Order: sequence, then C-alpha cells, then structure tokens
Amino acid sequence: METKSAICFYFQVHQPDRLRQYRFFDIGNDSNYYDEFANRTILNRVAQRCYIPMNNLLLDIIGKCDKQFKFAFSISGSVIEQFEKYAPEVLESFKRLADTGCVEFLAETYSHSLSSLVDITEFQRQVKLHAALIHKHFGVKPKAFRNTELIYSDQIGATVAKMGYTCMLTEGARHILGWKSPNFVYTNAINPKLKLLLRNFTLSDDIAFRFSDRSWNNWPVDVDKYIAWLSDSLKEGQVINLFMDYETFGEHQRVSTGIFDFFKALPEAVLSRTDFQFCTPSEVARKYEPVAALDVPFPISWADEERDTTAWLGNELQNEAFNKLYALSDRVLAAEDESITRDWLKLQESDHFYYMCTKFFSDGMVHNYFNPYDTPYEAFINYMNVLSDFALRVEKRLKQ
Amino acid sequence: MKVLMFGWEFPPHIAGGLGTACYGMVKGLAHHNVEVLFVMPSASGDEDSSVARIINASDVEAADIACDHKEFLGKVNFLRIGSNMVPYVDPRQFSEMVEKQQISQVEEFKVNFKQKYKFSGKYGANLMEEVARYALVGGTIALQNEFDVIHAHDWLTYLAGIAAKRLTGKPLVIHVHATEYDRSGENVNTEVYRLEKMGMEAADKIIAVSNLTRNTVIKKYGISPDKVVTVHNAVDFSGRDNIEISRGVPEKVVTFLGRITFQKGPEYFIEAAYKVLQRCNDVRFVMAGSGDLLNRSIRRVAKLGIADKFHFTGFLRGADVQKMFAYSDVYVMPSVSEPFGISPLEAMRTGVPSIISKQSGVAEVLHHSIKVDFWDIDAMADAIYALLKYPALSQMTSRCGLDEVNALKWNNAAQKVKDVYLSILK
Repeated sequence: METKSAICFYFQVHQPDRLRQYRFFDIGNDSNYYDEFANRTILNRVAQRCYIPMNNLLLDIIGKCDKQFKFAFSISGSVIEQFEKYAPEVLESFKRLADTGCVEFLAETYSHSLSSLVDITEFQRQVKLHAALIHKHFGVKPKAFRNTELIYSDQIGATVAKMGYTCMLTEGARHILGWKSPNFVYTNAINPKLKLLLRNFTLSDDIAFRFSDRSWNNWPVDVDKYIAWLSDSLKEGQVINLFMDYETFGEHQRVSTGIFDFFKALPEAVLSRTDFQFCTPSEVARKYEPVAALDVPFPISWADEERDTTAWLGNELQNEAFNKLYALSDRVLAAEDESITRDWLKLQESDHFYYMCTKFFSDGMVHNYFNPYDTPYEAFINYMNVLSDFALRVEKRLKQ
Repeated sequence: MKVLMFGWEFPPHIAGGLGTACYGMVKGLAHHNVEVLFVMPSASGDEDSSVARIINASDVEAADIACDHKEFLGKVNFLRIGSNMVPYVDPRQFSEMVEKQQISQVEEFKVNFKQKYKFSGKYGANLMEEVARYALVGGTIALQNEFDVIHAHDWLTYLAGIAAKRLTGKPLVIHVHATEYDRSGENVNTEVYRLEKMGMEAADKIIAVSNLTRNTVIKKYGISPDKVVTVHNAVDFSGRDNIEISRGVPEKVVTFLGRITFQKGPEYFIEAAYKVLQRCNDVRFVMAGSGDLLNRSIRRVAKLGIADKFHFTGFLRGADVQKMFAYSDVYVMPSVSEPFGISPLEAMRTGVPSIISKQSGVAEVLHHSIKVDFWDIDAMADAIYALLKYPALSQMTSRCGLDEVNALKWNNAAQKVKDVYLSILK
C-alpha cells in the first residue's frame, strides 16, 4: 500500500450564460435570452487574465517536473460551448494540457446544474452528455465525478456510484466531519465502492480567498510557509485535497498579487523538499485505502459558511424558480427540439439561482462579485420572464 | 381672467398623475379664456407652453424686486420651520436665544435673498426644504406678475400659494388631488398634515377631485363643507392613437399598473390573482410599476407558487404604458384609497374593461366598470374571472366604457374650475 502522502489539485472551470434584460413584452415574441456581449466580454477577459497564462504556466511546470506534477480539471459544458464560440484558442490550450497525460478531466453535469437535488433522470442525462463532450475534445473518458458546487449527499453518491464512477469529490464540511480529518479517503454510506475525496477548505481557501488578504495575519503567503502548512497537516493523513475555482489564478487573485509566481514555484519545491507526490483524484482513490464511510443525509456543498445548498435554494424566490423550471422537465424532453434542449440546459445553470440569493450579510462579498443584477428581485423577475417564454415554446412544439 | 398657478410637475416629465391633470386643466381653462401662469420648481423647457406661460422657479431669484427683505419676511415668516424647544433654561435666557435665532435666520435669509435656488422638482430627501424654498420663490413671482386668482395644486405648493396670497392679497384656491390619508392610511406624516391643513385653512375655496376626497378634507382636516367643491378630473386623449402590438402570449392578460405602494393595494391584486389561477390556468397577471412594496409583492408571488403566470415589469414610461394597456384584457385598480384615479380611464380608452375599487374617486363618475371593495378579493377574483370568461360582459363594458371615457372632457371640468374662481372674485 502507498506510503507517500499525496497532494491533489483540482480546478473548476465554468462560466455561466448570463441572461439579457428580458422584458415581459418579449415573452412569446423573442426567444433570444442571452447577453452575448457580457458573456463574450467576460470570457475573453478571463481568458486573457487566467485561462491562457495559467494553462501556459501549468504546461511549463509539467515539463520542468518531468511529469511528476499532476492535477485535475472539471470543465463545465457551458464554458466549453463558450470557448467554442468566443475563444477556440483557449480550448486548444486545454487540449495541449490533456496531451501531457498529467491532467485528469472530471465528470460533472453538462450545464453546471442543480439537477442532482431534484431530477435524477435529468441529472444522469447531463452527466452522460458532459462525458461525451469531454471525450470529444480531450479524448478521455472521465472516471471521477464532481457535482456542481461539490454538492453531495448519501443519495447523490449512490446515484453516481450506480453510473459507474468509483470516485467523487466533495467538501470536507466541518459539520459532517466533526472530529474526523478531511485528509483521508472515505466512502459513500450506501455504496462503499464509491470513494470520497474531501476538500481541505483551510488550505484551499488560503490560496483561493486569502492569498491577497492583507488583513489576514498570515499574509503574505510564500512557498516556504505553504509547504510548512502542508507538511504539518500531513503528519497524519493520506492526502490533501486542494479544490478551487480555476479563476482564482489571475481573475480573483490578480497577477499583481503574485499568485502566478507563487504557483510557479510550488510544485518543484514540494517535489524537491518533501516526500509528497502529486496525484489526480482517480489515482488517490486507487492508491489509498478508505478509512471509513461518511454519513451525509442532507446535501452539502462548498459554498458559504453553511456549506449547504441555501446559496441557490434558500429563499422563496429561488425555490419558486427552481420548482417551475424542473416542472417542465418531462415536457421538454418530449418536445425533442434541438434549440429547446439547448436552452433547457442553459436555464439550469446554478448561477441563475445564485443571483437570487438574499444571504447578503455573511458571504455577500463573494456573492456580489459574481452577480450581474442589482438585486435578487431583478434576477428573479428576469429569469421568470425568460422561463415563461421557454415554457410557451415547449407547449407550442408539443402541439405540432 | 388671469390665474397664477403653482404646480410641481408638468408633462412630459412626470412621476404621477398630478402633472397630467394640471396639463389637462390648463388646456381646458385656456379654452374658456382663462390665462394661466404655470409655476413649477424645475422646468426643462420642453413643456407645452402653447397653453400656459411656464415659469421655472429655478430661474427666479428670491425677492428680486424693490422690496426690502424685512417687509418680505414679515409676510412670509410662517415659512421658517425652527424648533424653540430648549430644555433647562430660564425665561430670560430663552427669550435671548429666540431673539438670537431670529436674527441669524434673517441673516441667513439675506444671504439666500438674491440667489437662485436649483430645484430638483423630484420627490427626494430634501423635499421639505424644496417646499419652503419654493414658497419663497413663489412669493417673488407673485410680486412680479399681474393676476386675479392664485391656484395651488397639492401640499407641495400650498406654502407658495399662501405666500403669494399674503404678499398680494389675491384670493387663493387650493386643489386637493390627494391627502396624506390617501398616501399613508392612518399613519400620517404630521409635518405634511400640518402643511395641508394650513393650506386648506388659508384658502378661500378648496377644490377636491372627488366626493371621496371632499369628505376627507371635511372630516379629517375639519374644514367647513361650504368651502369645499368637488370637480372631477377628466382625461385628454387627443393626439393619441391606439398602438398596434404583437402579443407574444396566447393567454389573456390581467393588469395592475401603478405605484406599488400601500395606497394602491397591490397585495389584493396578488391574492385575487391566486384565486383566479386556482380556477383557470389560461391567464397571465402583470404588475407594472415600482414602489416600496415591490419586493414584498415579488416574495408573495413566489411564495404562492404562481410566478410562472404572474409577471413584473418594473417602472414603465411613455410608450410602454400604452403597450401595456394594449396587451391587457382586464385592468384592475384595487386602490385602498384613491382620490381620483386616472389609470382605469386610460385602460378603458384602449378598450380594456376595468375593475375599480369602490374606494376611488373615479368610481363616482364611471358606470361601465365593475366596482368592488378593495379588500374583497373574492369579489375581485369573481369579476376578473367573469370578464375573462363571459365575452358578452367584456364586450359590453369595453364598448360602453369607451363612450363614457370619451365624454369626460377637461373643457367641462375647467368650466367648473372657472366657476369657482368667479365665486371668490365677486
């Protein structure tokens, strides 16, 4: 059995399809829902600041470390479609990373949706759709699964296991772990064949959120300090799972914070000064023996202090929009129309529900950053108008 | 005959019905050979000046005339809003303090005396200050112009009307389009109430836009009934064609259009919508407008689970208002308290049958609309359902309603206003 401890990086790549201002008068008259300008502008900005420079950096590191540096991406179908449309060069750059063999591509729902919480049929359909897309672009079949926002429960895990996945990533939520450490491999409580990798949120957020926070007593973080923390945490434990948004590099933490320099030096330093190895999630699941089953009766996620799903389904606006959306599920699939199916996926993106969140106080900063609307009410009105038009199209198509 | 009229807004830049009503009235008065000098706090220059001379108060220096500030202040000293309540001083000290304060106020006034004040003409945070300044400027304008009667619209301009009356001795008519009781229910703003009462008491005659409002003036403000006259508003649809729209939704549309505030009763519309949707699904509801109850209304709609059939448009302006009426099959005005209420007339003008609350002034002049108590959501739901499902009913109310609305002419209303002027000029 493996004696070396592992460090497992996974980066989430996703961009939503932001909706344009869609008025009541547009319902039934205009079925173009998206703010193309905002979507293109933001994607290109993030590509310039993050995707392209960071991909190049990772490619460099892999070369320099003689392929000892490994990690995983999860790239949503939504953002891949945007790459195809607005920035094909970014997609090419991800393909070059795939060609190194050091990158694992994870499975997820095609449109970064919350379908696992309500509609298992749709969930399974989307996961298959996403796997096919990943295979098409990167030539690999995903083996490990990560759900939108790392949402997980015993039931969702069992469903994922049934679909043939043996490894799933989720949050090392304190209220689930209690005294237990996130630095071990666990299994699903219903089906022990599914291994669970838990995010070490302290060490992940040290990079993702706190890296440039000058009011933080550990600022600034350098490679020495960070390696010391890793070593400290791995005195006991199999693996440290560092899961974060890929946009951390260059977008959330700007180039001026030194994030690129930090990351450029980290893998080499880890390999030369410690005993740790870099593993992809599937490798971790294969190499390490799980220590216990983990009970998660209610869904958890990686968001906010609560680590639950209330950022998307926490108030009556969100619940109403969500229920009305998934009430259409059967009829949408029965309609068998290409443009309807395409919009159906986009309308499921979790981001639309995130914009309706009213939890301003504890995590408002993060929420505001991502939000194109001034208030959750505007987000709700706009979304419901779009959804009304969408529902009309579905009915019309079914009548034909 | 010449009238000095104080208003707060005038088309095309309006926030509510007041500006529209003033415009119609001024036009009607012109028809009856009454010349109007229309004063407003902030004119933009694109107002229709063919019907009245528009005076922009922002262009006028306060007391820019041969009149020293002492005399001017002596007549408008009621404008100063200061607090003389100071605890823990003996009477001698107190009288010294009051004297000092008066001197400083006169000094302050001297500074402002020759300056123009840029009014926002909005309904913002320093509304009270604007109201007081408007009165100062109003007094100045009164001294600069020749006229027979002063006419002030709603509480924002009452002080200006009083100032003009004190400085010139000309009779004052105040026009009550709404009272604080309509806007706030029983929780009135005492400062606004005080200004309203002051205006009503100083006036020689009071015009109320409905009997409903007349009763409020008499009962809540203690004004003698023989001083208060009802002149119902009218509507002016000249030069406006019904616009053609392509309707995107196959269902019938039931509309609420107005400020989403306590006064307009949005919650009753939502509850009635919920009841109708229980019965039939082929209908959509639209709440157009914005206001302090908007967010609460959205939450309520979401909670009831009808958000796929109940839409919000936000504030609509200009052509979008016409578009909204053209989209509608039924118009509902569930106002808790509506001194008059122009919007159902606009709906009926577009051929849309309307349901109006009995607590509205417009209910006094309309026969071909369905009237319900604002709180009676069962009756409201019944009426909506009937207008949606029984074509005979909707066709008849639509046709007769149109005739009825077309008969409400500002020329007739203006004649009554002129009669009021004549009654106090004797």
